[in-house]
Amino acid sequence: MTQLRGSEAVLRVLTEQGVEVVFGIPGGQIIPIYDSLWNYRELRHVLCRHEQGAALAAEGYARASGKVGVCFATSGPGATNLVTGIANAMMDSIPVVAITGQVRTAAIGRDSFQEADVTGITLPITKHSRLVRDPHELIDTLREAFYVAATGRPGPVLVDIPSDVSLSTIRWHEPGTLDLPGYRPIREGNMRTVKRAAEVIRAAKRPILYVGGGAVGANAADEVRELARRLNAYVVNTLLGKGAYPETDRQSLGMPGMHGTYYANHALHHCDLMIVLGARFDDRVTGDLTGFAPEAKVVHVDADRAEINKNREATVPVVGDVKTVLQQLLPLLEPRRRGPWEDELDACREAHPLAYTHPPAEQGIAPQYIVEQLFEVTRGEAVVSTDVGQHQMWAAQHYKCSRPRQFLSSGGLGAMGYGFPAAIGAQIACPDQPVFDIAGDGSIQMNIQELATACIERLPVKVLIFNNGWLGMVRQWQELLYEERYSGTSLVGNPDFVKVSEAYGGTGRRVERAEDVREALEWSLTITDRPCFLDFRVAPEANVFPMIKAGGRFDDIWESDPRTAAQSG
Amino acid sequence: MKHTIATLVINKPGVLARVAGLFARRGYNVQSLSVNITRDAKFADPSGERFSRMTIVVDDEGNPRIMEQIEKQLYKLVDVVKVSDHTRTNIVPRELALVKVRAPAAKRAELLSLCTIFRADIADVGEETVIVQAVGTPDKLDALVSLLEDYGVLELVRTGRVVLVRGAEAT
Repeated sequence: MTQLRGSEAVLRVLTEQGVEVVFGIPGGQIIPIYDSLWNYRELRHVLCRHEQGAALAAEGYARASGKVGVCFATSGPGATNLVTGIANAMMDSIPVVAITGQVRTAAIGRDSFQEADVTGITLPITKHSRLVRDPHELIDTLREAFYVAATGRPGPVLVDIPSDVSLSTIRWHEPGTLDLPGYRPIREGNMRTVKRAAEVIRAAKRPILYVGGGAVGANAADEVRELARRLNAYVVNTLLGKGAYPETDRQSLGMPGMHGTYYANHALHHCDLMIVLGARFDDRVTGDLTGFAPEAKVVHVDADRAEINKNREATVPVVGDVKTVLQQLLPLLEPRRRGPWEDELDACREAHPLAYTHPPAEQGIAPQYIVEQLFEVTRGEAVVSTDVGQHQMWAAQHYKCSRPRQFLSSGGLGAMGYGFPAAIGAQIACPDQPVFDIAGDGSIQMNIQELATACIERLPVKVLIFNNGWLGMVRQWQELLYEERYSGTSLVGNPDFVKVSEAYGGTGRRVERAEDVREALEWSLTITDRPCFLDFRVAPEANVFPMIKAGGRFDDIWESDPRTAAQSG
Repeated sequence: MKHTIATLVINKPGVLARVAGLFARRGYNVQSLSVNITRDAKFADPSGERFSRMTIVVDDEGNPRIMEQIEKQLYKLVDVVKVSDHTRTNIVPRELALVKVRAPAAKRAELLSLCTIFRADIADVGEETVIVQAVGTPDKLDALVSLLEDYGVLELVRTGRVVLVRGAEAT
């Protein structure tokens, strides 16, 4: 029975759990763990420049690799800086384990220096958390944390470790069976409900597959493709479900919802059956629930029981892992032929394509054009993260993904500052792939300090800054719905982003004309050892369409600017 | 309509906060909450302190879907082992009340006989006041308190509701 220091045990558990990389920043109360890390060859530590960057890098790493992401922070301000990253992982169901230092057990609750009740603060945004007061519970608490983070509906788990616990001497013991009587994730669907689902599917005349992040989390792309093939059914994918079914395929209708395609929304609105796979009827997709998909029955497959019947009543609820349930369901389904419904959807797609116009050259470049060029130059195979805002929606609309874990975006939380650290995490997970971050000029400045991390680690992340001098999405709402009162959205004072990148040791280029876009993208692909910022001058007036206002219905969809339509109509 | 939910939870620090926080942030209307150590025959419990029972009375505001969501959201918490809505099942519900009542000498005898009727005890006797201690169903306590109002209730405190299912079935 080996005796070892608590902090050494922490690292040994991480290695045992298959962790290869951790992202973090040290501080007083976590020094013992960092001290043990000093000669610990089995783990790569990536020193970030803000704990939010560390948490989001761990999250991007997890999304791109399918493994559990791990981040470290110290007590107090280090821990509070993790909050946005943890909330993000919670909202999008990403497996992350956050390990924070904490003041000595005797000092807890006395407003000690750099003390923060991080377990209290993160209670509502963690799947699970523990403050380890007893050193002898440290090892199993960490093992539990990984199990909970990675199974069922994945999510963030926080383990808070007081420094005296890290410094205690404990006995190592091998993993036994975990004893979690309150946690029993369900993998297999109940066969009775699976059979009932097959019956309902058989009877459908206008079926649609509505595929979300849960299908990606369950690694169910093969089963989704097989289902779509067998039923000849068309597929809509949410922002988080991109790539679970190839968006380049004829049967893919792209993304539905507030800024989804007209035809994806049409499909949901007029279908008679939605086969929902790992999606949760998020309000960005549904708009007003009372007007959403009024004629559709629902087969709802999800790992989280609580999502079923939360926003929409399920005709057939199937609780379970999406991949496993589809494997149970597929043998029960006979092939279905394409019919008039699919022809209707093809026609709808032809009649209502995603469209944009090129602005006059002096205004700037059409942002949609940049994404299209990126898609072509990378053949749709790059790893693409986005930040949050208009550029995120254009990226979702125009970068068609063919495989899961390729598109990383903050969906549920919508956290600006996500894209760059997530891309850093993804580049570490996928060292041989080109990784792009599509950012806005507002968003990139929220975690721009991670340029240091990218340079030191030699990560050739390519950041495409859609620079229009505005907080674009908010500006769009103010333009369309608040009578052009642009309060607080004009981003004066932007730096020269290329110079900022170079100041850290990266490289970059400013692109002002549409003709130069493609060449700039190709040039960025030749950079292999440092981050690259491409500062695109984007037309400030560009708006994201289609648009269904929050709480709106498909009937109210705006395919283009409603004011010009009103003038001409 | 008010529902009585009995939950079995792992007795670890923070569980109470997590459950209370869940109710607060989803806007569920909690009327009473009681928590303490418990035993459950189904689970090994060498220390006798492994589990707690949290009994919560919540108002569903006329929407039965709320109870379904509450139960499911509670089950999502790793430390929550079991959730049962006992609003309609065969249970023994109890609350405890302490009521400080104005009790001048002239009224004291009446008060005492009232207590006898309700099988309540006197927990404190003072020159001007007594403290009545009563245990019973929520309805019984409501009735007693409303009768005590006639004498002048100076202070009143009630515990949350606890329940156990009748017979051999687990709560």
